[in-house]
Amino acid sequence: MQLEAPIKDAALHPVPKSTASWWYVFGSASLVLLILQIVTGVLLGLVYTPSAANAWNSLEILNHELPLGWFLRAMHGWGSNFMVAVVLIHMAQVFLFGAYKFPRELTWILGVFMLLMTLGMAFTGQVLRFDQDAYWGLGIGASIVGRIPWIGGQLVDFMLGGPMINGATLTRFFALHVFIIPGTLLVFTALHVWMVLKLGVNDWPMPGRIVRRETYLREYHELAHTDGIPFVPGAVWKDLVFSAAVLFAVAFCAALFGPYGPKGVPDPAIISTVPKPDFFFLWIYTVLSFLPPELETPFILIVPVVAVAILIALPLVAGVGEKSWWRRPVAVFSVMFIAVCWGVLTDLGTYTPWSPQMNAWSAAPVPVSYLRSRTPLERQGANVFQEKQCRNCHSIGGLGGQRGPRLDDVATRLTEDQMIRQVLLGGGNMPAYGSALSPAETTALVRFLVTLRPSYQPPASDASRQVVGQAGVPPLSAVERGGGQTPVR
Amino acid sequence: MDEKLSPAGPEEQARRLEEERVTRRTFLMNVGIALNAVVALAIATPVVAYLFGPVLRRKDYRNWVTLGNAADFHPGETTLVTFRNPYQNSWDGETANVPAYVRCSEDGRYTVFAINCAHLGCPVRWFSESQLFMCPCHGGIYYADGSRASGPPERGLFTYEMKVEDGKLMIKAGQLPTLRNQASTSPCPSTPASTSPAIVTRIESCPSTKGPNSSEPGTSASTIG
Repeated sequence: MQLEAPIKDAALHPVPKSTASWWYVFGSASLVLLILQIVTGVLLGLVYTPSAANAWNSLEILNHELPLGWFLRAMHGWGSNFMVAVVLIHMAQVFLFGAYKFPRELTWILGVFMLLMTLGMAFTGQVLRFDQDAYWGLGIGASIVGRIPWIGGQLVDFMLGGPMINGATLTRFFALHVFIIPGTLLVFTALHVWMVLKLGVNDWPMPGRIVRRETYLREYHELAHTDGIPFVPGAVWKDLVFSAAVLFAVAFCAALFGPYGPKGVPDPAIISTVPKPDFFFLWIYTVLSFLPPELETPFILIVPVVAVAILIALPLVAGVGEKSWWRRPVAVFSVMFIAVCWGVLTDLGTYTPWSPQMNAWSAAPVPVSYLRSRTPLERQGANVFQEKQCRNCHSIGGLGGQRGPRLDDVATRLTEDQMIRQVLLGGGNMPAYGSALSPAETTALVRFLVTLRPSYQPPASDASRQVVGQAGVPPLSAVERGGGQTPVR
Repeated sequence: MDEKLSPAGPEEQARRLEEERVTRRTFLMNVGIALNAVVALAIATPVVAYLFGPVLRRKDYRNWVTLGNAADFHPGETTLVTFRNPYQNSWDGETANVPAYVRCSEDGRYTVFAINCAHLGCPVRWFSESQLFMCPCHGGIYYADGSRASGPPERGLFTYEMKVEDGKLMIKAGQLPTLRNQASTSPCPSTPASTSPAIVTRIESCPSTKGPNSSEPGTSASTIG
């Protein structure tokens, strides 16, 4: 066997001493997680049945009947989460360290495609779970594809493998998740790793050490050979320690939190479901609920393309120059901005304040204190409030939907007349209830709402009514009344 | 290629001869590539047709489905019904079930709404007390007649083409309704569905049936203050 020499060469190649850093461990950890996903995926594939009628059952059997089947599923699920996370961290690190610059442009571009494939694996994996979330998640995917002009309808049929989400859809996504994407991902990974070996690990960025096409290769060679250490064991031990820690973390989460679902059976006739994507797609869920209707189609068709184009163009546009983050404030702030946006959007996605709470009207009681010493009419209004599902969008006493404003102090904001108008005509994203409420119900409801204010705050008043009441003389302004000052008792 | 300009000595002639021999080999290699390309094309054509089969068959997807006796749907009520997808595989299992809402208005006219929210396809739920359809995903809300009340949808609920034959309520169903998909549906609950599937549909807001002053309930324009 003549493999010894090339393997030795690869292992012992000198790398700059500064690259033996804890910041350089995320790429190898991604690779280890990919291997973990392949091993656990193959093992799951021994049992999983990619048939719409049986997929869900086969997961239940894995979860409950096969010894440690649940653990295998949990490892695969959590491995997926960790892989997306580590890949994103790896990308941010590479970006901040300027490692995408000359001569490593193609390594970065390959990496962008590998990120897309990793996300593709996460999405298709969620589909293979084939529970209610998977079913309606596919529906959302189809609706997005269906917005593409001219060929949207045909593309939906192509994506679903037929007219509806059914058996043909599952087998298509099975082929994507098990053959097409992982096959491509493995080839890209091999190329990516080969390029890292060939071009050398990125040197630690120093402010003022400018990347120039003419001199960089010579400078790097000098750095690696005069002040370098062999990759094995000089740098690799940190990779090994971190990978082991990540694998342990995956196993720990898997053992502690268990496998993901499957949730309810994928029967579309069961409509009392609240579909939600997996953690790493929650931010998209949030974005989709906040886009104004007119903007939505252009946004979801154009922005992802532009984003990917920017990522691919990055090393071609900014391939030389400063590598150090100390001299690249725009890069640092971009990463911070994206991270903060992602964090906020994901956090909103965990409690979806824009969604009506479908069972709040029957499940969340009116706080007793809101009913104490109220007239029968007002109490009847509380009844109407529950019965007409107002609670699905409006919370009182901290329970109920968050789509509309909470109504604990609504009487400090709206007068009785304004409430009647708002309830009957709607507006401000509220449906009109004019046809769903009888006059008696409206009266009772509004009488109840008028009582909703803290005792220390005055009820809302309509300034124009006051002017009429004072024979056309305007009331004193808030400043003239001494508004904003603490009243002395 | 500038070297070719040098005078042809005996060595050069030998080199050119060598070059020619390589060219013959190159020719044979090109023949090999061409053969492979022809074979690949021959193989790929059926593969592409196989892959795009679901698109080529799309004319067959929609069929008339019976939802039940028309008389069973009472005026003023909106009922959830389930039917089996007319176009299915034997291994579809429960996923071949399709829910829909049948609305019988007070004057006895039927409208059949798709379950899928016009925003991104989640299943909307009917609340008879408040006479609203609410979507659990991104909070799209529709009135009882299917028109948009609030939230991110850009249009009202999708409606199925329907007819009443021998007292049976039938709809033309079988395809997932999306914004570009004729399988659905007419853009407005009040206008009749177009009969032939077209590739492009323009999404337009429904013509207002109300007066100019009362046409704005439940829009994003605030009426407060």
